[in-house]
Parts: sequence; C-alpha cells; structure tokens
Amino acid sequence: MTALHVLTLTLVVVGAALAAWFKDLLASVIALAGASLLLSLEFYLLQAPDVAIAEAGIGAALTAAIYILAIRKTRPKEEE
Amino acid sequence: MSVIVRTISRVVAPVALAFGAYVIMHGHLTPGGGFQGGAVVASVVALLVVAFESGRWKKWKDVLLPLEDLGAMAFTILAFLGLGATFFRNILAGGGGLFGAPVPQLGPNPGALNTAGTLPLMNWAVGLKVIAGLGSVVILLSLFGREDG
Repeated sequence: MTALHVLTLTLVVVGAALAAWFKDLLASVIALAGASLLLSLEFYLLQAPDVAIAEAGIGAALTAAIYILAIRKTRPKEEE
Repeated sequence: MSVIVRTISRVVAPVALAFGAYVIMHGHLTPGGGFQGGAVVASVVALLVVAFESGRWKKWKDVLLPLEDLGAMAFTILAFLGLGATFFRNILAGGGGLFGAPVPQLGPNPGALNTAGTLPLMNWAVGLKVIAGLGSVVILLSLFGREDG
C-alpha cells in the first residue's frame, strides 16, 4: 500500500516537472492535467472520495479547459 | 479542434453527464454532492466548448445566468421553509411524503433515494448553481478575446 502511495506521488511530481519543462504550452497543460488526475487518485487512496471527485472535475478537466481556451487566444509557444 | 477530439468528445460527454447527474442525485447517500456533481457536469460543458467552435455557445450564456440565480434562490427558500423551528430545519425528513421515507434499519445505502428530506433538493439547487456558474465562466472565457490566433 505504501509503495502505491510513493508511486502515485512520484508520478504527480514528474507530471508537475514536465508541465514546467515543456516549451509547447499545450503539452504543458496536458501534463498539468495528468498530474491533477494522479493527485485525485491519491486522494482516493487516502479514502477521501469526496475530494477526489472534486479534484478530478475541477483540477483535471475545468482548469485544463480554461488554459486551452486561453492558449487558443494567445501564442502557443513559450518565449525564449 | 480536430476530428479525433470531436469524436472522443461525442463518446465521453453523455457518460460524464450521466455520472454527474448520479453524483448530484445520490448526494445524501454516497460520496459527492451538489458541488462535486456540478463540477463534473460543468467539465462536460467545458469539454464541448473546447472541442466545438465557440460561436454556437453564445446563446447558452443567456440560459445559464438565470439558472444560477434560480439555484441560489431555491437553496435559500428551502432553508427558509424550516423557519417555523430553526433556519435550515429539515421539514420533509421522516414525514412520509416526498423524500420522507424512513432510513433503513441497516443504515443508508445507495438505493434509499427517497430519504433525507430537503437535503436532496438542496443538493439539486447547489448542483444547478455550480453547473450554471462554472459553465458560464467557461463560455464567457471562450467568447472574449481574438478568435483562433
């Protein structure tokens, strides 16, 4: 059980690092949504399904949609 | 967006919509409630707004903004209904009428939908407000600014 927690939290950190590392902003947003989805899995493993549903709805779906709408109206690449 | 995104959206949207309605409807029995189910349904709205062109969503804004007021009004009226005893008094619970059935002896289970009095109605009110609020946020964001740059 502890190994599953460690694996999930490591993947959350990897997703967050990828979100900061990508130059393509759309890939960055998708990495952030993946990290958020894994965070909601971690909430479920910690027996808080209530928070997990809210995190999956808000963190993974709505935040990604708002970022994608913002990227669509601006430049899709990060400035060097 | 591309045809792949649009096809996947057509498949996922009804399933996610049904799951959100389930979470709101069983808010008094299972994990989740008005806010969580409303967030799931609002994410369906966000998915559709992102996947399909933004022009056709302009008229939905005029539908969603009154719905948000309706949700807040319904919640407040349901709270004021119990004012004979106290604010938020659950007047329907245990009364035998709508949502007034007694809780089963073994404790609540997901099948005991007709219990808990005004709580399911308040869950629907909160869910309506969250759907309309978050949905109109996404739709308004897709309307402003320059088009596909």
